[in-house]
Amino acid sequence: MRRTSVMKRLVPALAGAAATALLLAGCGGSSLNQAAAGDSSKASCGTVNVALNAWVGYTANAAVYSYVAKDKLGCTVVQKDLNEQIAWQGFGSGEVDVIIENWGHADLAKQYITDQGVAVDAGPTGNKGRIGWYVPPWLAKAHPDILDSKNLNKYASLLKTSESGDKGQLLDGDPAFVTNDEALVKNLNLDYKVVYSGSEASLIQSFRAAEKNKTPLLGYFYEPQWFLAEVPLAKVNLPAWTKGCDADPEKIACDYPDYILNKIISKKFADSGSPAAKLAKAFSWTNADQDSVATDIQKGMKPEAAAKKWVDAHPEQVAAWLK
Amino acid sequence: MSTTVIEAEETARTEISPSPESQRRRPSRRVVLLGSAALIWLLGFLFLHGTATLALPTSELTDLHRTLNHFNSWVASNRSDNPVFLYLLSPLRTGVDAVANAFMAIFAASPTGLRLPEIGWLGTVALLGWIAWAVGNARVALLTVAAFTFFGLQGLFVEAAYTFALVLTAVLLSLCVGIPLGVLAGISNRFEKAVTPVLDFMQILPSFVYLAPLALVFLIGPASAVIATVIYAAPPIIRLTAHGIRGIPENTREASDSLGTTALQRLFTLQIPMARRTIVMGINQGTMAALSMVTIAALIAAPGLGQVVVRALQSLDVGTAVNAGLSIVLMAITLDRVTTAASERAKPKTQRRQSKLPRRLRTILLVVGFAVVVVLVQLSRTVLWAAQFPKDVNFGPAIVSGVAEASGWIQTHFSLLTETFREGMTVSLLNPFQTFLTDTPFFILFAVLALAAYAFGGWKLTALVLACLAAIAYLGLWGDAMVTLASTLVATVIVMLLGVVFGVAMGRSKRLDNFLRPILDAGQTLPSFVYLVPFLGLFGATRFTAIVAGVIYAAPAAIKIMADGITGVSPTVVEAAVSSGSTPWQVITKVQLPMARKSLGLAANQGLIYVLAMVVVGALVGAGGLGYDVVGGFVQSSLFGKGLAAGLAIVFLGILLDRITQAAAFAAPTRSPHTAKPTPNSVPNTKEA
Repeated sequence: MRRTSVMKRLVPALAGAAATALLLAGCGGSSLNQAAAGDSSKASCGTVNVALNAWVGYTANAAVYSYVAKDKLGCTVVQKDLNEQIAWQGFGSGEVDVIIENWGHADLAKQYITDQGVAVDAGPTGNKGRIGWYVPPWLAKAHPDILDSKNLNKYASLLKTSESGDKGQLLDGDPAFVTNDEALVKNLNLDYKVVYSGSEASLIQSFRAAEKNKTPLLGYFYEPQWFLAEVPLAKVNLPAWTKGCDADPEKIACDYPDYILNKIISKKFADSGSPAAKLAKAFSWTNADQDSVATDIQKGMKPEAAAKKWVDAHPEQVAAWLK
Repeated sequence: MSTTVIEAEETARTEISPSPESQRRRPSRRVVLLGSAALIWLLGFLFLHGTATLALPTSELTDLHRTLNHFNSWVASNRSDNPVFLYLLSPLRTGVDAVANAFMAIFAASPTGLRLPEIGWLGTVALLGWIAWAVGNARVALLTVAAFTFFGLQGLFVEAAYTFALVLTAVLLSLCVGIPLGVLAGISNRFEKAVTPVLDFMQILPSFVYLAPLALVFLIGPASAVIATVIYAAPPIIRLTAHGIRGIPENTREASDSLGTTALQRLFTLQIPMARRTIVMGINQGTMAALSMVTIAALIAAPGLGQVVVRALQSLDVGTAVNAGLSIVLMAITLDRVTTAASERAKPKTQRRQSKLPRRLRTILLVVGFAVVVVLVQLSRTVLWAAQFPKDVNFGPAIVSGVAEASGWIQTHFSLLTETFREGMTVSLLNPFQTFLTDTPFFILFAVLALAAYAFGGWKLTALVLACLAAIAYLGLWGDAMVTLASTLVATVIVMLLGVVFGVAMGRSKRLDNFLRPILDAGQTLPSFVYLVPFLGLFGATRFTAIVAGVIYAAPAAIKIMADGITGVSPTVVEAAVSSGSTPWQVITKVQLPMARKSLGLAANQGLIYVLAMVVVGALVGAGGLGYDVVGGFVQSSLFGKGLAAGLAIVFLGILLDRITQAAAFAAPTRSPHTAKPTPNSVPNTKEA
């Protein structure tokens, strides 16, 4: 019985694998890889770890930054797919050098910049982030007065869904997004219920379907976002933001402020004098720039290719970053 | 647990199996208990409607959640000087990182030079094919070669190789941990009692809960991804190893004991060799579990196919996601078939089919084959076309655009239909049921579930159920738990309907079975991230979409269990029924289903647990409830505590539902002499994404 044991099968298999490994070690010198390893003439910059947060606008920033760092500065760029919170964690452990588009995150900034001192603000990206409530264009056309939050209660029954019960539905997105919507609904006395779609993909898909099928929808959205190039959503005007109106999260009754999106880099990286750190500080462009790259990526272009296309078309701007 | 469902099942049972007078008393007492539970629920809902519901608005936290929030900063401040980190966790990370990096360098890409792997694609295909042949048979070897070549044709060879390397590392680590613990659980009752709740915990706790802390402790890199995978993949290995050791017949053990063997000798000469086949099945289950973590691990920067899927989801690129998902399904099926063939080979000689090849010839062929493999490996290290999969033979783009077109077409032409269906289901079934759960005072539901638990499992189960419920209430997430419970139960009902219909059909027709099995395998192993986008197009961001995703994942398990149950009904009984003039409908309802009653119970149990495993994924498409809290905890540090609490609440909900359904399924209304035992692997072996 033991003769047929699986060990009997596994032993030759493992021995074989071991033999292969030995064989490889023996003739390692002739490997293709080794032959090419000497080609490292551009290694003046070292390695840059770029966090890759999960939205296409971010990908556009990261692609252009990485392309310039790699192509113009000769850095080795390692992109790491992480969500925002984990990317910030990476500053402390030295595994993330650059976050190339940051939306607020006062709590993380306090923990990692002020308290632990492992990260520094590398200045604005030039992009302005705007958060708000949006409706699909057909709805704004059919009922222009829906764009004023005072009239929203009039449309509550129109926006009612099986998810929101007897109230109108306000669709929210990813829990990672900054949102005051529950407080806003309460404090503006709106007859609405916040329904959590749970992800950016759900939100985009919902708006896409709403425009296509001409179904009513009110939802949380933001710009810059590539999707706005596909479906130009109309923004609902909430009571205007004034300084301090959002100080108490429970009592907020005003619109979201404009977000000055910025870059965060690790302290160690900032102090290293690496040209890539200088590039991270200098990197700056407009919402239109980001949208053009993001739309290319969205349409199926590889991020590197989309970045190259933009960089080739804007040589002066890139040269200014590298000065 | 919905009493109504249990009750319906119960009455069905008493109808179909008329028991002798003496045995009638017990089921009737149970019916009385369940009936009174239902009555309490109804009265409580009618008169105390909307009071003591313990609802917590989505954006609010409790003090407990705020306390739990401090965990992250505690780890960050202790990582560099706490001895646990210094002497235990850091060396562990270094070791795992080294192994993972070695495998990645061998199969996927070396960190230096041209970033080519140590063994190129041709060598990898040949080597893996040969290993499959050696541990399994020629058929699975051919499957392995075909699958890995297909990855290349999809333009995903490097990604697939990364995934393979990480799964390999995770499975090896799981074996190192799992087999010794499993053996220990097999020989010591006390250890098994202690370890079972821990395993339940590891398998039910959503990985979104521990992903961020893991990345904090083990840093961002392969080690975190591998350890996250091991947490999920080790439990089935431990459970099945223990099960195999325990499954050895008593008289065999006694015979060995009478020869005067010591405990250690017995373990190595009798117990482990005889449990071999079950242990290899454990490896199979562990491998499947590891592969199901691929997309989750991608969220903490693990390279490979999961990353392709996650990135495609960002831009709603269904085609790319399906292309990569297809690779994952193929890899799962390949690894499943190879390990199954290995376990077949591990059977004692007398039980297994004799292979056609004589042993000696097979050995010679294996040696010759190995020589060929060595040549191919060497070739793949020296010639570029054998190292890097040729880029010009690439079906990937064709698959991507084809799928994208098909999905767009389906969404355009069916969305009206699917949305009407969704509205119908939500308004007529889900909403009333959810209200029934969320608007009934919590103490009424405590009483209802306690009575149901007592009816099925006596005091012990009642105590466990009450403890779980109290824990959920303490965690401050009672309202969200009821929302989740409502969707979970509705999904389970749909799963059971599908399970019965398709299970019976497959049990009665071998051809249908052969046709549907691969589709069911795909349903179980396809990462759900892949089909979320088209489902959003069809059903919108709603709880119903989440239910559909749960059903896709859970129905295959229920269908398979039902099909096996129906196939297991003695053919002579069926023939007798047919020859006495029963119509097919009568055969099914009066003979096959009643006789497969145990499978029905098991299918309900597994269906529930599988649906529960999808709670977090469901939250990504609008399910809300506990899943949303878990996702929130993963992405926002200020919500970490609430996410952790929600993860724990899911665990308690899972244990509660698992124990009640198991008790309901195995508490036989008629006392049959051979009560089947619950399977050791009662928790799902594949995960959410």
